[in-house]
Amino acid sequence: MISKNRNLKIFAGSVAGIIVFLVSIFPVYWMLNTAFTPNGLTRRSEPLLFPSNFTWENFQTVLFDSDQTPFWPALINSLAITMLTVLFALAFAFLSSVALARFAFFGRKSFIVVLLFIQMIPGEAMIVSLYRQLDTWQLLNSIGGLTLVYVATVLPFTIWMLRGFVLGVPEELEHAAMIDGCTRLQAFRKITFPLLAPGLVATGVFGFIQAWNEFLLALVVNSRPEAMTLPVWLRTYQQVNNETDWAAIMAGSTLMTLPVLIFFVIVQSKMTSGLVAGAVKG
Amino acid sequence: MSLKQIVPSRKAKPQSKSRKNLGWLLLVPASAVLALVIGWPLINLIILSFQEFGRAQVFGADPEFIGFENYSNILTDDGFWQVLNRSLVFAAVVVVSTMVVGTLVALLMNFVPKRIKVLVQIGLLVAWAMPQLTAVIVWGWMFNTEYGVFNYLLSQIPGVDFYGHSWLSNPISFFGVAALIITWQSVPFVALTIYAGLTQIPKEMIEAAWLDGASGWQRFKDLTFPLLRPIFTIVIILQIIWDLRVFTQIYALQGLGGLREETNTLGVYIYLTSLGSGEFGLGGAIAVVMVVLMSAVSAFYIKRTLEDMDN
Repeated sequence: MISKNRNLKIFAGSVAGIIVFLVSIFPVYWMLNTAFTPNGLTRRSEPLLFPSNFTWENFQTVLFDSDQTPFWPALINSLAITMLTVLFALAFAFLSSVALARFAFFGRKSFIVVLLFIQMIPGEAMIVSLYRQLDTWQLLNSIGGLTLVYVATVLPFTIWMLRGFVLGVPEELEHAAMIDGCTRLQAFRKITFPLLAPGLVATGVFGFIQAWNEFLLALVVNSRPEAMTLPVWLRTYQQVNNETDWAAIMAGSTLMTLPVLIFFVIVQSKMTSGLVAGAVKG
Repeated sequence: MSLKQIVPSRKAKPQSKSRKNLGWLLLVPASAVLALVIGWPLINLIILSFQEFGRAQVFGADPEFIGFENYSNILTDDGFWQVLNRSLVFAAVVVVSTMVVGTLVALLMNFVPKRIKVLVQIGLLVAWAMPQLTAVIVWGWMFNTEYGVFNYLLSQIPGVDFYGHSWLSNPISFFGVAALIITWQSVPFVALTIYAGLTQIPKEMIEAAWLDGASGWQRFKDLTFPLLRPIFTIVIILQIIWDLRVFTQIYALQGLGGLREETNTLGVYIYLTSLGSGEFGLGGAIAVVMVVLMSAVSAFYIKRTLEDMDN
């Protein structure tokens, strides 16, 4: 009796699970479905629920239509800013996380408090003075300016996440290596660093996604067409084609979403365990 | 294994002086960037909020200190209070919906067969991975008045006709759509975090409760929730913070057909006041109010985090 009841519950749960799956992926499905449908066929009150008349023409419109806000400069800006952000944020965060996890010194706790506080300051509040600040440094509409801003915005969480990973490697391992004749630095480099690699990858991916997706600060700091990153480009593109070409807007959305989606899938398990580890540990 | 056991306890060890200095030295690059890009502008923001700083000052006129005038201006402005109330109510609704759905999905994952669980996880990751802006634009397309798939699907229900229905022009349904989008994107973090906590509860404890005849709700209320209370607290605080400072979704949805004046939230309001109308002093004062508000919420989070760290 009980087992029959339980089977029924598991069946109901599975159906619910499939519904959660469908609701979760439907927007992405719909984006792809529209992006590969000829524009003329998307403007119907009865939309085509499944792909038919497969076409690349919308992507051609986005990539090569010279009348439109150009895609390529935005892509190059986004790539440059994202990669520089990840590089600097990882390097700086790595040094800080080692300091916080392995060294006991006066002010360690205050630093953590300040870090947590900074992480909670809303970007919206900062735009007013940040805009004026970058203006006086002549860094508006530049790759360097937005990179600097992004490094600062991802640093607190990056340090925090990496600190969790450094703590996860027992210091005793280093001590053991030192007993075997390694110096402290050697022990760190040969034992701890390789064990930290997955953590560094996960943290780097986090920084990549943050910088790639960021919209508000990019809108404020890099608003000129030639300085736009992909999110600001996409929003401009959508505003221009709102009435006429949703198929091309969806193709543009796909181009912006794809790298993030692929990154996510590749480092999926590390990503979740990393983020959750960071979250669970505070 | 409980969560507290994972975090190794830290005992003060005697350390050499050079080692202490090295600790500080390692913090220098990060501190420099944060001081330059966050610290200094934050000080300037506070100064700015006490100044007359409008279009004339942008073009070179000297800013004039006007004491609390910016603050008294916004605090006596009905528009500001409307925006503030709207932001608080909206954040509350989204936090509740995200937590309820997220918890249910986490419990579901802990219950269904492995294949279904993997499917749910893939779905969650896809929703989570989608950039905020593309998410809003895609949902906006799904809710499009004339060609949106949502109106079409609703109209398939017998007796229902939603063809040509505009979801964004009415402020209530505008926020309904916004809440749906944000919940859809926030549930993955909540569900996966709580699920990670659930997997750490020993199976024997759950089975013992089963055998004692505890119902599903009782097991959650008396066993699961108390054990995972630290995780719930942190996740709820983070959701409050994130939902109070929502910008992208509201701003982009307005661009898809919302009425600006009736759908502004705090973040968008600051943007429009400062960069839109050039009232930097006024925008600065609103921004300071927002920072104070967020600091109050964040204080809980920081306290909580430090407690966890000490254990």
